[in-house]
Amino acid sequence: MHKPKHGDHHDHDHHDHGHDHDHNHDHHHDHDPHAPQKDHDAGAAGAYEVLEEAVRSLLIQKGVLSPQEIADSVDLMDSRSPALGAKVVAKAWTDPAFKKLLLKDTRAALLQMGVDIGAAPEFATVENTAKVHNVIVCTLCSCYPKMLLGIPPAWYKSLAYRSRTVIDPRGVLVEFGVEVPEDVEVRVHDSTADLRYIVLPMRPRATKGWSEGELAAIVTRDCMIGTALPQVPAKGKRAA
Amino acid sequence: MVRTRTKSAAAKGGAPRFAPGDKVRVADRPAFGHCRTPWYLRGKRGEIASIHGTYRDPERLAYHQPGLPAQVLYKVRFAQREIWGRYDGPQTDQLDADIYDYWLEPLR
Repeated sequence: MHKPKHGDHHDHDHHDHGHDHDHNHDHHHDHDPHAPQKDHDAGAAGAYEVLEEAVRSLLIQKGVLSPQEIADSVDLMDSRSPALGAKVVAKAWTDPAFKKLLLKDTRAALLQMGVDIGAAPEFATVENTAKVHNVIVCTLCSCYPKMLLGIPPAWYKSLAYRSRTVIDPRGVLVEFGVEVPEDVEVRVHDSTADLRYIVLPMRPRATKGWSEGELAAIVTRDCMIGTALPQVPAKGKRAA
Repeated sequence: MVRTRTKSAAAKGGAPRFAPGDKVRVADRPAFGHCRTPWYLRGKRGEIASIHGTYRDPERLAYHQPGLPAQVLYKVRFAQREIWGRYDGPQTDQLDADIYDYWLEPLR
């Protein structure tokens, strides 16, 4: 389901179309101005796209869901972003008791921060240390900690990332610019079932004395997937 | 982090058959339809890292069944060199996956 204003939320893996789309506005969603629009109008709809449209229309026609509820749900999804995950990491970096709880019971720790996972899948936090570097993948589909990181990037859902990360994690990490030393174990987490994983990166040494807000600013989405390390800006320049 | 969100006996599921540290083997059998045990781990030997708790069986949930009895879900840790015949990275590299009880067999 896509919102018309966003061009980067693909559920498919191939999005490198040229910009000379052959627009053919003959879609049959003209009757409902609130219906989610496709990101690209080019090309024939795929089987899953057709299925999604059919199911969505049926749910609306049968009164199970209203177009407004669907739009609200898309809005909620869009409102989640890696900023939330970064806040959690920064708090864990500065509050040892919180960090302990986060690693032991992520749901309870998030609740302390006012984030209720509710009926969403269970969460677990894995900690990067001087001995272990963690990286998250879902080989079966594309399970992702949406509650904390928002919509996953297209590459996370790509067949290449999902298949290569389990068989050649170090090779994949190098392509992301992360070279894990030989004496540090690489631990891949394949989120095969009911848990969603987030990586607690190591706090860079050069951040001594930084506030939570300053720390959160260097925690990127990829740091929490395990495909990046927090970078300290040159000359100790901090973001607030 | 053992958590049971539902209450009936079937929903609670059985007691865990394995404890952290136990050596296990993932069943090497085909599965038809929805299955959360990846092919590349079938028949591979690992070790129970932790017990996540009990969850409704996804292989039944996927077909609109209640998913009962609930299944104990384990975090199973595998050595990369066990999974792949040839793994080029350090021998200490590992992979964790979450596997349901009925896919695991005791080793020794």
